[in-house]
Amino acid sequence: MAVMNVNPTRMQMTKLKKQLQIARRGHKMLKDKRDELMRQFIELVKENKKLREKVEAQLEECNNHFINASAVMNKKALDSSLMSSKHQTGVEVDGKNIMSVDVPLFSQVQEDNDGGSPYGFAFTSFELDDAVTELNKVLPDLIKLAETEKSCELMAAEIERTRRRVNSLEHVMIPRYEETIKYIAMKLEENDRSSRTRLMKVKDMLLEKAHGYSMHNS
Amino acid sequence: MVKNIAVIGDSESIKGFGAVGIDMFICDEPLESGNLFKRIAETDDYAIIYMTEELFELSAKERHKFADNAIPAVIPIPSAQGNRGIGRKRLSKFVEQAVGSDILFGN
Repeated sequence: MAVMNVNPTRMQMTKLKKQLQIARRGHKMLKDKRDELMRQFIELVKENKKLREKVEAQLEECNNHFINASAVMNKKALDSSLMSSKHQTGVEVDGKNIMSVDVPLFSQVQEDNDGGSPYGFAFTSFELDDAVTELNKVLPDLIKLAETEKSCELMAAEIERTRRRVNSLEHVMIPRYEETIKYIAMKLEENDRSSRTRLMKVKDMLLEKAHGYSMHNS
Repeated sequence: MVKNIAVIGDSESIKGFGAVGIDMFICDEPLESGNLFKRIAETDDYAIIYMTEELFELSAKERHKFADNAIPAVIPIPSAQGNRGIGRKRLSKFVEQAVGSDILFGN
């Protein structure tokens, strides 16, 4: 691991030590965040899977009804009965925050719906009624599916980002700090030793010069 | 804030949705789906946009821009031509992105 390009001074070392402490704390926190996100994500994605299977099966059923309906009715009459719907389905959009991920919450709002059929019964087949009732039944699940699937999408992206951060802290930043601190400590010790030996040597030389006496009798 | 729901697809697959109060955008020309999606998403009137799987795949580039926003939620649904498993593949892609390997669908 590369040592950072810094001056080997005591001040720099103190600064790096502080940064290392922050990095360690950040790493721990991000790791907790990742674990909790993961737990919630797995739960959500399991629900999502069940919901999707259910909705897909129901939609297929609807499609079959529509195919039957179009077989017994002419295309124009079918299309016009479906187009003449008055009511509008909307969703109330709300938000929830799961571990700093903003996920949407949808709740169905139906205007002008008296529970009746959107078309008259006179010229339409019962197959069409079945198809529309079936589709009406799927609608809440379909909206729920949109909610969970979007949440899963957002959370998956957030987990990936968090994991990258955790890994970068764990495998790059923290070792780099540690290495650099070690490098500075060694460098400082080395300087210490070299100045000490220099002092001893100078002392020897001075003593010899003054008294013709050597401390180390060699 | 109340927003509407849209569905984009070929006329065969989505004709029923009008009857339950969802705004239909018929797109019989698959290559046009990207532009159509962009137009709808940019109006900001829709919280959920359902797309048939075929068109969902074709408009990947346009969808990418909205992937990080909470709304609109773009959701693939099977078309009248049958289920191509794109919704399921999308789910396992999420799991793979988050966990690192697909532990849910086991492949």
